Amino acid sequence: MNESKMNKYWELYFTFLKIGGLTFGGGMAMLPMLKREVVENKGWSTEEELLDIYAIGQCTPGVIAVNTSTYIGYQQGGIMGSAAGTLGMITPSLIIITLIATVLKQFMDYPAVLHALSGIRVVVCALMFNTVLSMAKAGIKDLLGTFLFLAGFLLATFSPVPTVILVLCAAVTGILTTVRKEKKAS
Amino acid sequence: MIYLILFYEFFKVGLFSIGGGMATVPFLMELADKYPWFTKQELANMIAISESTPGPIGINMATYAGYQAAGIPGALTATLSLVFPTMVIIILVAKFMSDFSENKYVRAAFYGIRPMIAALIGYAVWQIAVISFADTTSGKAILRFPSILICAAVFALLQIKQLKKLHPIIWIACGAVLGILFQL
Repeated sequence: MNESKMNKYWELYFTFLKIGGLTFGGGMAMLPMLKREVVENKGWSTEEELLDIYAIGQCTPGVIAVNTSTYIGYQQGGIMGSAAGTLGMITPSLIIITLIATVLKQFMDYPAVLHALSGIRVVVCALMFNTVLSMAKAGIKDLLGTFLFLAGFLLATFSPVPTVILVLCAAVTGILTTVRKEKKAS
Repeated sequence: MIYLILFYEFFKVGLFSIGGGMATVPFLMELADKYPWFTKQELANMIAISESTPGPIGINMATYAGYQAAGIPGALTATLSLVFPTMVIIILVAKFMSDFSENKYVRAAFYGIRPMIAALIGYAVWQIAVISFADTTSGKAILRFPSILICAAVFALLQIKQLKKLHPIIWIACGAVLGILFQL
């Protein structure tokens, strides 16, 4: 492996390490930081391309931040480049979360910590409910979408059907309905 | 072999949690039922911690779950397993299908998947609501009204335009203070 390639991998690693370590919350919160580092500082990508990657991220599995680091890393340095970028992206989480997990266990005996965590869970509930509403608003286009949403919620909550099966069924339903609509139209 | 189980489970989470960080939560909820790695309560705490620390939420969750299951090697295994399917798919997309998100069948599948992912996150919210709003320590479910009121109030405030843009960390900090004040 020659030196310039190696330097490129390190550059990818540290750039995504910085992005992963300085954005709170991930996903959309990461976009401004990505723009500054990847588009403006490094010139690895254009703003439009970045939005395209986000669009792909919406319809591929996994964490959007990792989609971005893989995609840009791949363009800049092939498969090794994508590995370098993604490893950079996950390094801060690995360190910070491991530390928190260790520390949290030691504080769990204090009543104040337990009360604070109970209060936090209540807020998380409200925040996530808000996320569900905006995702439902953006994702449900018609009656079938409403049906999938309601059926999905009820089955996931009150039946033992695994969530993975529900996702697969929803995908198949989406494809079959579209194909049938096309047949009718032709 | 705990590492193989971690690999298998988080590979699955990575493969099916489509559309970003929060999408991992319902799959992790399911893991909480299936394995002794973490409780639903700990998962709810973790969501708050992930929102308040750097790094993508999905990765933070995998790291935490893996650490709880098998220490630092577990954290590494879970996190790498989570990103593995994503990396393979994105490299294939980058190489062969630059117009992936425009593809007819991909769009058709997502027409079905999007409402489902919203529904699954709804299921995760339901689980957290059950833990937060019902006190089952005495064997019988007793509703915790202060928690329900605070949750409703935060949700109402979130609908106000000027407050929508506030970083979640601010709401989480308020939650911690209220939790101590009201002894939730």
